[in-house]
Amino acid sequence: MELTLKKRNKKTIIPGFSLTLGYTMLYLSIIVILPLSMIFFNTFSMSWSEFYETISHPRAVASYKLTLGTSLGAGLINVVFGTIIAWVLIRYEFPGKKIVDGLVDLPFALPTAVAGIALATLYSPNGWVGQFFDFKIAYSPLGIIIALTFIGLPFVVRTVQPVLQNLSSEVEEASASLGANRIQTFTKVIFPELLPAMITGFSLAFARSLGEYGSIVFIAGNIPMKTEITPLIIMTKLEQYDYVGATAIATVMLIGSFLFLFIINIIQWVTNRKFNQH
Amino acid sequence: MTKPIEVKQDAPIVINRTATKSYALQESAIVKWSLITISLLFLALFLILPLITIFVTALEKGWDTYVASITHPDALAAIKLTLTVVLIVVPLNTIFGVAAAWVITKFNFKGKNLLITLIDLPFAVSPVIAGLIFILLFGAQGLFGDWLFANDIKIVFALPGILLATIFVTFPFVARELIPLMQMQGVTEEEASISLGASGFKTFWLVTLPNIKWGLLYGIILCNARTIGEFGAVSVVSGHIRGLTNTMPLHIEILYNEYQFTAAFAVASLMSILAIITIIIKNIIEWKAKEV
Repeated sequence: MELTLKKRNKKTIIPGFSLTLGYTMLYLSIIVILPLSMIFFNTFSMSWSEFYETISHPRAVASYKLTLGTSLGAGLINVVFGTIIAWVLIRYEFPGKKIVDGLVDLPFALPTAVAGIALATLYSPNGWVGQFFDFKIAYSPLGIIIALTFIGLPFVVRTVQPVLQNLSSEVEEASASLGANRIQTFTKVIFPELLPAMITGFSLAFARSLGEYGSIVFIAGNIPMKTEITPLIIMTKLEQYDYVGATAIATVMLIGSFLFLFIINIIQWVTNRKFNQH
Repeated sequence: MTKPIEVKQDAPIVINRTATKSYALQESAIVKWSLITISLLFLALFLILPLITIFVTALEKGWDTYVASITHPDALAAIKLTLTVVLIVVPLNTIFGVAAAWVITKFNFKGKNLLITLIDLPFAVSPVIAGLIFILLFGAQGLFGDWLFANDIKIVFALPGILLATIFVTFPFVARELIPLMQMQGVTEEEASISLGASGFKTFWLVTLPNIKWGLLYGIILCNARTIGEFGAVSVVSGHIRGLTNTMPLHIEILYNEYQFTAAFAVASLMSILAIITIIIKNIIEWKAKEV
């Protein structure tokens, strides 16, 4: 089967292979490969001690912890509430459902800077929501988590929704007819089906959160060691014309992101295998 | 089966069905409505209230201030620059997306997976890094810095830099929508068209394009929204020159940092209206695509 498929494609009569491949490669080289390789090229021009000193500076290390911690927090909030929202949108009927469903895409469509100033105003100590709390939300790590929750929500909802939609009701009926109650059916039958989608949604939101800048700078307060995220460190270094330092931090971020994607791929491979066994 | 038995069986089955529905196949009304309430509260806190904040703050000082804010020369210059960027970036990315999807879905070749990974790469790269890489290439200390300076070409802190950084962040959107769609549709229709004597371009125009038009439009809409709103990458390469290299998001940032909240939210409200229109078009496309 595979062999015939390949044979047929070798003799394909569809034109445009070299044209489209050439154009794609040219575009990718100019926009992605050449510019991104500059990061590693510039990093290699640094001495190891210089590089290590820059990336292990306490301010930088504090920013890694903050970026990772807030991304994780927002990702977990989104997995829980995103899944509930997806469930509600697929399973229940209520007035205004269509509008709510459309609204979930708002973070994809709304510019991050606009989201940033809106959330900062809303959650600032005298904002509509912020005034009800006697601790700071905006200008604290909590504010960053709120901005990242906003950014990441549609990733989880839009990944879980189709899986929930395609879940056949027969499985649930079978589970119920075998005597399982609703909670058992959910935890033993529905949840395992949803888990891979939840992991995918989480990882998409988390990956986006690691690099997010626009929505955070307005709500974070940007206090060094406390609410300064890693992309902001790069930004600050650039404003001081410290291109070498900015590149070193960028290298750490890139390697971190790639490592994360790699780990997620492994986790997904394992979960898929585990749940496809039966 | 005799009639009396059927009638006898009918009754218990009906009762049974409602019984299973309420206990084992569906959550109780309390659970259902608490989940709905949780969802709506969550969405209100994170999506609806921010949206309302934008419009209320923008109109806080009255309609005249609102109009004055969005017709200020700097605001108009920012709107014009953002439109220029959209008109260049979106068509370029659309052509790229179609070409990339064509080569990936219609042919088998070595390194295809690597190509797909490369297309996905911008999603794993921070927008700030997307800006940084073009500074490293074309900035004063960059690889081509001296040559550009000698030839008096400005890329960074000028329109070309903004375009490059925006393209980096937004080019995957069209390709990502088209690849799974065209993969599903296969190559048979194109092969039929070609073997009947149509040219490659004619085949694309008359066979492929009608099949992918909704997916293509969807990708363009997403690409367009991100292009209008891109902030981090553009912020690095633009240099924030007022009236010259400030896009709408950067203009909002400057106004906000100068405590001109009403003006900042006035421009922000324009972008929010665009975002809402984007969502409406997206839903129309989804609805149309389902019809086909």
